[in-house]
Amino acid sequence: MSLASPTLDTGMTKQLNTTPGTMRQAGGPLDIETVVEELKELPQPVGRPLLEDPKYHTRDVCVFYNETKQAIFNVNLDIGRNEVIAMIGPSGCGKSTYLRCLNRMNDTIAGCRVTGELLLDGENVYARSQDPVLLRARVGMVFQKPNPFPKSIYDNVAYGPRLHGLANNRAELDAIVEDSLTRAGLFKEVKDRLNLPGTGLSGGQQQRLCIARAIAVSPEVILMDEPTSALDPIATGIIEELIDTLRQSFTICIVTHSMQQAARISQRTAYFHMGYLVEVNDTDTVFTNPGHLLTENYITGRFG
Amino acid sequence: MNKSVEIGHHTSQQYNHELEEVRNLLMQMGGLVESQLAKALKALLEQDSELGEEVAFSDYKVNQLEVEIDEHCARIIARRQPAASDLRLLLSIIKSITDLERIGDEAEKIARHAIRASDINSGRLNISLRHLGDHVREILRESLDAMARMDSAQALRVARSDSQIDQEFDLLSRQLLTHMMEDPRTIQESLNVTWCARSLERIGDHCKNICEYVIYFVEGKDIRHINLKGRATPAEIVASQKAVELEPRRLPAGPEPDPDSVQS
Repeated sequence: MSLASPTLDTGMTKQLNTTPGTMRQAGGPLDIETVVEELKELPQPVGRPLLEDPKYHTRDVCVFYNETKQAIFNVNLDIGRNEVIAMIGPSGCGKSTYLRCLNRMNDTIAGCRVTGELLLDGENVYARSQDPVLLRARVGMVFQKPNPFPKSIYDNVAYGPRLHGLANNRAELDAIVEDSLTRAGLFKEVKDRLNLPGTGLSGGQQQRLCIARAIAVSPEVILMDEPTSALDPIATGIIEELIDTLRQSFTICIVTHSMQQAARISQRTAYFHMGYLVEVNDTDTVFTNPGHLLTENYITGRFG
Repeated sequence: MNKSVEIGHHTSQQYNHELEEVRNLLMQMGGLVESQLAKALKALLEQDSELGEEVAFSDYKVNQLEVEIDEHCARIIARRQPAASDLRLLLSIIKSITDLERIGDEAEKIARHAIRASDINSGRLNISLRHLGDHVREILRESLDAMARMDSAQALRVARSDSQIDQEFDLLSRQLLTHMMEDPRTIQESLNVTWCARSLERIGDHCKNICEYVIYFVEGKDIRHINLKGRATPAEIVASQKAVELEPRRLPAGPEPDPDSVQS
């Protein structure tokens, strides 16, 4: 074969690892109906979705909005202790919906129904006996936009501990506030103005304040829904660093649109597509050698 | 799902072009190195010192391409943060050009021997390199072909056949050694031929490396330093990754005969 041949493209397509039920020519224009057919037949996500002794054990999770629209389909996924798991996927793929199932944030949405099994340390999250308020004390959440209460910095952090009666006196409460702000990497910056409103801080500081508020009630899990998408790279860097330190004490699930962020901070990555969980594996594997073509296409920027 | 490797179909057309361009440069470099080796061997076998000069002079083109491709790759990595198959493509390109550049250097060495040999008009023994030379050229061509088509099965076949080159080289060294012992006047010339044979054997090793990078790109698994014997397909090798057998380091097969023992 002549090396300078201009017909290089034709020979490039290489097929391997044919899994039953999955048969599509790679890279070509994506036909949505074919993709959905294939996803329906996908017996379980590619990679390693299940773990031994997980923090969260979720099986056959389906979410419906208004009975007509199914948002996620039969998700089977375990989330490990003290790991950062990143959920990635295009908009509308169900990753945020799945995340919000984990602490029943979907309860507040009218017409939303969740089926399947979601166990937190073996305890059914959706059991009738489960108090959502207590559940959310165990499973904290940080949102895309920093949303501090219109209160002082101190009160923002002290709100949860007061609500749940975690402190017996002022000194204990002070200690919790200081500890939470320190762990969120904010204490040094705000220690002289704890009584000023939290809304007066910068965006990155507000987000760290929200993280401090989330960890003040000593949760077991922290859910983060695009926590840095409204922040500049420096504030993002600080929060990513923070996430890595928080991993020692918490399990962290993060939804992010930045694949580089997922690659930087997570130990495992889950890829969602059109409501299906397509692939879950060590982040290293997902970003160097993903098993599923859809994952490959997404992380290499091949969706148009 | 079929996993396939190809470089088009990014949302960003510009990205497609950039990858396509760096790949074309790689193929261009491969073609150039191939022709350098062919010419160097021809110069050696036909005692054509002019051709030898040309090869030695042209090595700078290979070096230039190596630098250029490296710069392209660095730029793509910086600007695009490639992942998955794109990342593996760039890694295998960056590694391949190092080996190609070294193959170019070996071709240059052979060319310089050709110039010297024709000066002293003693290229008689060079003929013994014909077979090894042809074989190595074949291997290089097949490696580049595997790279162009990203064919991991062929890459594995070629990588495995490198051991034949090694055997051939051992055989040739032994013959030359006998030669030198029989007639010490041929020592100078035999040594020159040995050095050329050594260069060819090294080219075989570089080809093997290139094939390993092809397999890495296609299969996503690094199969370097793994015993390739007895495994028919790349998939089998990848599957056997759990029980990685590191190949015991082979001792260099006597390309540099000890002068004392030759004299005695």
